[in-house]
Amino acid sequence: MSDITLINIKEEILSENRELAARLRSDLDEKSVFLVNFMSSPGSGKTSLIVRTLEHLKDQFQMAVIEGDVDSAVDAERVAGEGFPAVQIKTGGSCHLTAAMVEKGLDALTLEEIDLLFLENIGNLICPVGSDTGAHLNVALLSIPEGDDKPLKYPKIFQTADAFVVNKTDVADFFDFDEDAFRRRVGRLNPEAPIFGLSCKTGDGVAPWCSWLSDRVGAKRP
Amino acid sequence: MHELPVTKSILQIVLRHAEAQGVEKVHAIDLSIGALSDLEAEWLQSYFDHLSKDTLAEGAELRVHRSALTFKCEPCAREYTAKREELDTATCPGCGSRDAALMGGTAYTVESMEAE
Ligand SMILES: Nc1nc2c(ncn2[C@@H]2O[C@H](COP(=O)(O)OP(=O)(O)OP(=O)(O)O)[C@@H](O)[C@H]2O)c(=O)[nH]1
Ligand SMILES: [Mg+2]
Ligand SMILES: [Zn+2]
Repeated sequence: MSDITLINIKEEILSENRELAARLRSDLDEKSVFLVNFMSSPGSGKTSLIVRTLEHLKDQFQMAVIEGDVDSAVDAERVAGEGFPAVQIKTGGSCHLTAAMVEKGLDALTLEEIDLLFLENIGNLICPVGSDTGAHLNVALLSIPEGDDKPLKYPKIFQTADAFVVNKTDVADFFDFDEDAFRRRVGRLNPEAPIFGLSCKTGDGVAPWCSWLSDRVGAKRP
Repeated sequence: MHELPVTKSILQIVLRHAEAQGVEKVHAIDLSIGALSDLEAEWLQSYFDHLSKDTLAEGAELRVHRSALTFKCEPCAREYTAKREELDTATCPGCGSRDAALMGGTAYTVESMEAE
């Protein structure tokens, strides 16, 4: 006869990924590489923002990009076409990048020659959020057509990102995106994080975003 | 989809503790899931049923405890809880203000298990 007992565990789920991510982050620190993870729904403008940012900061930093995609190399080809090193990681169906996938991407780059590295996560507002990639900075993008209610529907990404970009401001006249409501909703979840409105199409607002990013990279250096 | 890696991690944690404690069978597992998490209990269970076949935890019931949202009021610093649906509307029971910062709500942990 055996008895049923209650065994206390109190262990965080997915801690393995978190530990690997922390290790990646300290490896990157040692090599003075600053890693930025971009997350958004499909089509919000992650690749467009990365390309704009590369152009804008090319005299300041040595940059490269890791592109996560479920099963295509379209975005990596677009970045490589701009003349920057690009690595493609295919997740083979997985809906987000894990630290282990990022590690493979890092292995394919010459990190000694890079000081600012961008990571484009899979287009998805839910899955990438719980999974630490080893990035120093997590940026969530939203585009005007998606609507100002996204913080209510996907609060977790809005609570955990370090900065927000509202893209496609050039089409603001055609949509009822309420910027004040959006800022208030984000403010409740994440009062510290800055919000940058910009247009990757016209380039409007790209400069303040890039100068903030450049300050963040600078602040990490010796 | 994102339930799959989470479920794998749960099973790993549970089996490690089960082996360390020398248990014969795991009957139930208590999970604490943050109010803002999008994890669906039913998906967790069905992935778990599949992954746990032929292990000590086969057939175990996942009991999901969802924690409440906790806010800290800006003006009066009082802490209060609210439901997931009240994310945008909850007000401070002390001073009635809606200015508040959210505290936590995204963690998930394996709290305990019932085993023999
Ligand atoms: N009008 C307008 N269109 C934009 C802007 N930025 C990007 N787009 C367009 O939006 C579409 C999607 O942009 P991408 O940069 O590929 O978006 P993404 O987030 O990388 O998409 P996935 O990788 O598929 O998740 C493209 O057709 C872009 O040309 C903008 O500021 N204004
Ligand atoms: Mg893209
Ligand atoms: Zn109050």
